[in-house]
Amino acid sequence: MKLFKIRGGVHPFENKEATAGSKIMPVPLAKKLFIPLQQHIGAPAEPIVKRGDKVLKGQLLADSQGVISAPVHAPTSGTVIAIGKYPAPHPSGLPVRTIIIEPDGEQRWIDISLPYDDPFNLDPDEISARVAAAGIVGMGGATFPSAVKLNLRKRYQLKQLVINAAECEPYLTCDDQLMREHASEIVDGICIMMHALQVIKTTVAIEANKPEAIQAIEEASKDLAGVSVITVPVRYPMGSEKHLVQTLTGKETPARALTADIGIVVHNVATAHAVQQCIRYGRPLIDRVVTVSGGAVKNPGNYLTPIGTPISMLIDFAGGFKIEPARLIGGGPMMGQPLSGTKVPIVKGSGGILALTAEEISQKQTMPCIRCGACVTACPCGLLPLDMANRARSNDLEGAVKFGLMDCIACGSCAYVCPSHIPLVQYFNFAKGAIIEKQRGQHKQEETRRLAEARTIRMKEQAQAKREMMAKRKAEMAAKKAQEEKKLNAKQRSDAEASA
Amino acid sequence: MLSAIFILTVLGLTLGIILGAASSYFSVEGNPLTAEVEAMLPGSQCGQCGYPGCTPAAAALVNGEADITLCPPGGRTLAQELAEKLGISVDLSNMKDKQPMIAKIREELCIGCTKCFKRCPTDAILGGSKQIHSVISDACTGCEKCFDVCPTECIDMHPIPKSIQNWYWSKPSVSV
Repeated sequence: MKLFKIRGGVHPFENKEATAGSKIMPVPLAKKLFIPLQQHIGAPAEPIVKRGDKVLKGQLLADSQGVISAPVHAPTSGTVIAIGKYPAPHPSGLPVRTIIIEPDGEQRWIDISLPYDDPFNLDPDEISARVAAAGIVGMGGATFPSAVKLNLRKRYQLKQLVINAAECEPYLTCDDQLMREHASEIVDGICIMMHALQVIKTTVAIEANKPEAIQAIEEASKDLAGVSVITVPVRYPMGSEKHLVQTLTGKETPARALTADIGIVVHNVATAHAVQQCIRYGRPLIDRVVTVSGGAVKNPGNYLTPIGTPISMLIDFAGGFKIEPARLIGGGPMMGQPLSGTKVPIVKGSGGILALTAEEISQKQTMPCIRCGACVTACPCGLLPLDMANRARSNDLEGAVKFGLMDCIACGSCAYVCPSHIPLVQYFNFAKGAIIEKQRGQHKQEETRRLAEARTIRMKEQAQAKREMMAKRKAEMAAKKAQEEKKLNAKQRSDAEASA
Repeated sequence: MLSAIFILTVLGLTLGIILGAASSYFSVEGNPLTAEVEAMLPGSQCGQCGYPGCTPAAAALVNGEADITLCPPGGRTLAQELAEKLGISVDLSNMKDKQPMIAKIREELCIGCTKCFKRCPTDAILGGSKQIHSVISDACTGCEKCFDVCPTECIDMHPIPKSIQNWYWSKPSVSV
């Protein structure tokens, strides 16, 4: 198949050798599991259990709120010992609402028997409803609720499904290893997703540096006419869904639109596996494969980790630190976020935990921009990172937006090539955050006005009602008085008559 | 000579009539800018700016008597909008953004007097007579009206807590 070129991109050192081919090892249960209620994009889930409740493995702990949301389930059986705030795996390290479970070690499942034999007889809506109830979110890191993407067929004319197995981030091999070991389950998951989306064509896109995974998926899908495996060139950011689609089809997704606008839905390969587990066995998303790597880790590898396991536990299981890491990152080194410490838990979107040494992060002094244009060449979205960063630096947010800030995917290619080591992506993240905060301020102002107006109207109505009441009472009083006077007058008259 | 006088008289009369008609047809009561500025203000009539309400504050802004940074609930966002509207160029980057505050009731001290509840301009306080009152923090504008009337001083003003919903990356510090 003919592939198309994308613009820009970089070739970072892959550093995948340390973990490529290392078997997925299950991580034992931690003493306590910390399950954040927001592990996805959208509204946080709302707890339905109380402190002290006994829960079983796979039991619903907190339910989704609204359409763009996802529930969370118990990764093992045990007791809910607290529902409170706990630091999130987030660069701010701020606390989020978290359910803390103390495992009893019995691993007793809830009843997960299924009311059907063949998922292909199910209604597509039923499949997406089951995927939503299983709390499955995009496992490539974006954590967008998968069921919403399975429902896209209602609004778009879909032509094909693309399975994103590019795994272009350096260090990470969790998807690679999942494909090597669970190819048939992944292909089954792909077929279920094709049924849910009602499409007949699927392309599994894998970067050329994973020959074993390519072979495994090809082997597993050789009898299926609709599923084809495509080897894509090794180039960061190949795993960005818009760029992947462009490589495969030559079509560019319009700015700020979805790939569904050009008839394509992209799902991560680990999501396909999670969907298969949910539809075939009724298992919700309660664990995931995490790559633990980086120069500071003793035994880098891929670990099947229950959601909520503290990172410290995972690192201990990987042999602990060889040397003190200079930086701890959740995700890949290009787009991952620094972590505040090792006590934060693994969540649905954690594909990797990297403990990098000072050599690996090679932090250098920022120098002035020399307008060499390297970032412009590297930008896969065709933007001008240097101009955007300049505007963000001088607080000219609108200017940055005019230069295409909202089309930036924060892939980090520009910062990677910058010879002056300017933290370009941090400027963009700052500007995006400031714009959102400004919008929030405006929204609050509008709401305040609405509330104040509603109150003024209510106060007026109340005053009016009071006045009317007073007038009515006054009239009643006057009438009563008049009647009494009349009575009195009549009495006086009769008295007078009597005396006369 | 006569024709020139005639022409000029007619011209003067016609233009005078047109101007007279226009002045009555297109007349404006007050400054239209005041209304526009007032629409931008929060409208909660909280009085933190020192003016009795948002209308007098808007008039003062338009007349140049008040500073565009006068409105604490509006904050920096509003100041920027006002600067654009009134065509004033002010460097707001050095403006110390008064941190937005919200009221919080210390429940153990609340006696349920309903004084705060009655004065809240945005109905952000929930409560009833002899019931513990509570602040709906999303609706609170930090106007401090309740803060002033509480007989047991059980209302405190707190900065809006940082959460992962409103946190974002800071600007990289510029190196030398």
